Amino acid sequence: MNKWEDNKAWLMVIPVFLVVAVSAIVPLMTVVNYSLQDIFGPDQRVFVGVEWYKDALTDPRLHDALKRQLLFSSLVLLIEIPLGILIALMMPKKGWGASLSLVLVALPLLIPWNVIGTIWIIFMRPDIGLLGAAVNGLGIPFDHTASPFAAWVTVMLMEVWHWTPLVVLLAYAGLQAIPEAYFQAARIDGASVWSTFRYIQLPKMRGVLTIAVLLRFMDSFLIYAEPFVLTGGGPGNSTTFLSIYLVKLAVGQFDLGPAAAFSIIYFLIVLLFCWLFYQALLKVGTGDKS
Amino acid sequence: MARIDLKELAHSYLSKPAGEADYALRKMDHVWEDGNAYALLGPSGCGKTTLLNIISGLLQPSEGQVLFDGKDVTALLPQERNIAQVFQFPVIYDTMSVYDNLAFPLRNRKLPAADIDMRVKEVADMLELNDVLHKRAANLSADAKQKISLGRGLVRSDVAAILFDEPLTVIDPHLKLLLRRKLKQIHARFKLTMVYVTHDQLEALTFADQVVVMNEGQVMQIGTPQDLFENPQHTFVGYFIGSPGMNFLPCRMQNGIADIGNHEIRVGNDTETLNGNFMLGIRPEFLKLHPQKVQGSLPVAVKAFEDLGNCKIVTVKLAEKTLKVKLSEEQELPVERSFLEFQSQWIRIYADEKLVANGVE
Repeated sequence: MNKWEDNKAWLMVIPVFLVVAVSAIVPLMTVVNYSLQDIFGPDQRVFVGVEWYKDALTDPRLHDALKRQLLFSSLVLLIEIPLGILIALMMPKKGWGASLSLVLVALPLLIPWNVIGTIWIIFMRPDIGLLGAAVNGLGIPFDHTASPFAAWVTVMLMEVWHWTPLVVLLAYAGLQAIPEAYFQAARIDGASVWSTFRYIQLPKMRGVLTIAVLLRFMDSFLIYAEPFVLTGGGPGNSTTFLSIYLVKLAVGQFDLGPAAAFSIIYFLIVLLFCWLFYQALLKVGTGDKS
Repeated sequence: MARIDLKELAHSYLSKPAGEADYALRKMDHVWEDGNAYALLGPSGCGKTTLLNIISGLLQPSEGQVLFDGKDVTALLPQERNIAQVFQFPVIYDTMSVYDNLAFPLRNRKLPAADIDMRVKEVADMLELNDVLHKRAANLSADAKQKISLGRGLVRSDVAAILFDEPLTVIDPHLKLLLRRKLKQIHARFKLTMVYVTHDQLEALTFADQVVVMNEGQVMQIGTPQDLFENPQHTFVGYFIGSPGMNFLPCRMQNGIADIGNHEIRVGNDTETLNGNFMLGIRPEFLKLHPQKVQGSLPVAVKAFEDLGNCKIVTVKLAEKTLKVKLSEEQELPVERSFLEFQSQWIRIYADEKLVANGVE
């Protein structure tokens, strides 16, 4: 094989290298660079080593944001997965009803995320919001700009409304893949609806549910636009999740050094989840061979 | 143990069927006798699975009734009908062990644990599943899984009939024989009514006491394997049964002689009343090839032959018609110009695809 011919292949890859380098590698290295320095101005930088990392890992506000984030992601999973499965079970399997329900269910997924935040701000306003006014009219004081609890409820409602459809679609696909013979055998065996769910439907959905759990956990961990538009992280700090805190640090206070360190940490956490996701997917793939 | 009656049964998947062609199952009256093993044989799409699902209750027929021992069960659900069904590919509960799989139907019927234990062990013993009884069912081979499916049906003592929907499709060939033998043992022991759907005639003919041949939603013929082989009532049965199937020649009958264009074949005295255009059928097994002309034989050109190991199939041309002849293993290869003898007692004459006369020696 001619050596020159081997090298020609590299020529084809160079444009992609450049794009990835400019859009990903260079900014990443820049951030690492910043994370090791104290920056007072454009020309005034001092090398401080891992000081920002130490600060970040011991920052109580970071810990709070992390706790809030974990609580949020756990609630997301606890509500969205069972609810998604339930809705998928109720959707028709065949005919025009199936197509219609798929379209209706998928609609929330198609809306731009900051628009979703805006929709829910207006929806929940105690004076003119459809739901907000209705709840307040019933005598329950509900103002998501004033009460941390109300803010959380609103953020959770918005998140569940927005992302449960993804779980529904995945679960629906998983259910459709189950051959009819299993249900026929269950009927002959005298299995109840619950038994059929527990012994046939749920085990056979294991693959898609693993994907749904990991996708939702990862995505909710990164969430930014919707809660930021809805509450801005408030009232106070009550809905300041990790990404919102990071942006506050970097853009709000213009503390590039600590923000850079924090974002590297954030990046590594997400990378860890990606790796776990990848490992789980591999297992799902081989497990599905039966 | 149950006698299953099908009364004026017909089924269409359309809500307003317009004509015969819209029916998946054409109107039929049929009795499945108690304790017999039946094979339901036919090409894909002929309605065998539809009929099976109607018997088991998974499908409600659009017309007619199903009776178990004289009682109308048409409206009853599958679990109320005392039948068991084994499907084309093994259906087991993945998360459970073999023991739990077998116990599942009994647990759903709330039997006491001691009874369940006894029945499960009995069935596991009969199906030779004892050494995997506490393993996870999902990890076993396909034939073990099919045995578990069968076991779930046998474990219920009130089971009246077992229905099989092409159960050996996914089993390795060398294990098929073992499973078929096991099915026959179970039939001999329990005397259950068994209905076995298949499109493989070898399976049907070796398994069943009586074979029901279906085509396009209709029962073509019911009989023992020998009946179907020797006296096919319909050209479809002649063509479908036998490997290869029956040879057919269009002919004109007059005075007991069949005129197939350039040649005449003597069919026999019983056919003297027939006049007109008919179809002459003869199985490849009942044709003989001779190197020299013998009385009544016709000159043919040998076109091809296949050596199948235990027999040879020779394709010959008689005038413009192609026929297949089956030779036994030891018989010599025919020469290019041979003479074909029709064994007249095995000739069958068909009018409008139905058997009207047999040949005579």
